[in-house]
Amino acid sequence: MIVNRRHPLGALWHEINQVQDEFSKWFGRATTPQSSPQFSVWEAESVVYAEADLPGVDPSQLDVTITEGNQLSVQGERLPPEFTGAAWVRQERPFGKFVRLFTLPSLVDADRVEAKYENGVLRLMLPKHEAAKPRKIAVKSD
Amino acid sequence: MSNLENNPTPSAVPGEEAEQTITITPRVDVIETENEFVVLADLPGILPEDVDVRFEKGELSLHGQRAATRGYGPTTYHRSFAVADSVAGDKISAELKAGVLKILLPKVEAVKPKKIVVNR
Repeated sequence: MIVNRRHPLGALWHEINQVQDEFSKWFGRATTPQSSPQFSVWEAESVVYAEADLPGVDPSQLDVTITEGNQLSVQGERLPPEFTGAAWVRQERPFGKFVRLFTLPSLVDADRVEAKYENGVLRLMLPKHEAAKPRKIAVKSD
Repeated sequence: MSNLENNPTPSAVPGEEAEQTITITPRVDVIETENEFVVLADLPGILPEDVDVRFEKGELSLHGQRAATRGYGPTTYHRSFAVADSVAGDKISAELKAGVLKILLPKVEAVKPKKIVVNR
């Protein structure tokens, strides 16, 4: 943990946070607040696409799960920067665990989902389930 | 070939000009260690060749160009900082990994902590 020594109340905040963490442990509340990354979701005829900016995440720590055919869950963690003997001058980038859950616009085939993490962007390609694809119905006439 | 390679991104968010360039001030962390300053900036979706880091007249500036994607127009990331005299301008280096730009600004020898040997 890096102590913010530039902040006049840095030491005090640090102290307060530690007390808070201690209380949280006792009363079973999560010590790290969870944030949820923003996703863009769009669909083509047979595929649903979802993308999110997740810079600085270890892709092996990303957990992408689909349940009930249309519930997408993306979980992961961004670790704080580690430097020995360091002090914050400025701290704006969030870190900690994050989770995002949402309903996809149609049922997808979970076995054929492709996920790729590149340049800090997570891209998901979710083929629609057969049942959700548009089907032309022939009209019979006598 | 994976479908991801040629995913058809939506052309524009309805009601928005897709081609309008958006300028974003990226979030940064600045950390000071004994020997250097480290700047970490979130630049998701950017390739190393599209980043421009400059140090001029005591000012460090970073620029990044992100192509239009997912209905957003092209994005420019821009941020600049005044850098203390204690930084060795000619030794600044930068690397981009997983959408995070890391700039190392080593301090000049004169300001680095030095252990003085006490003679008896």
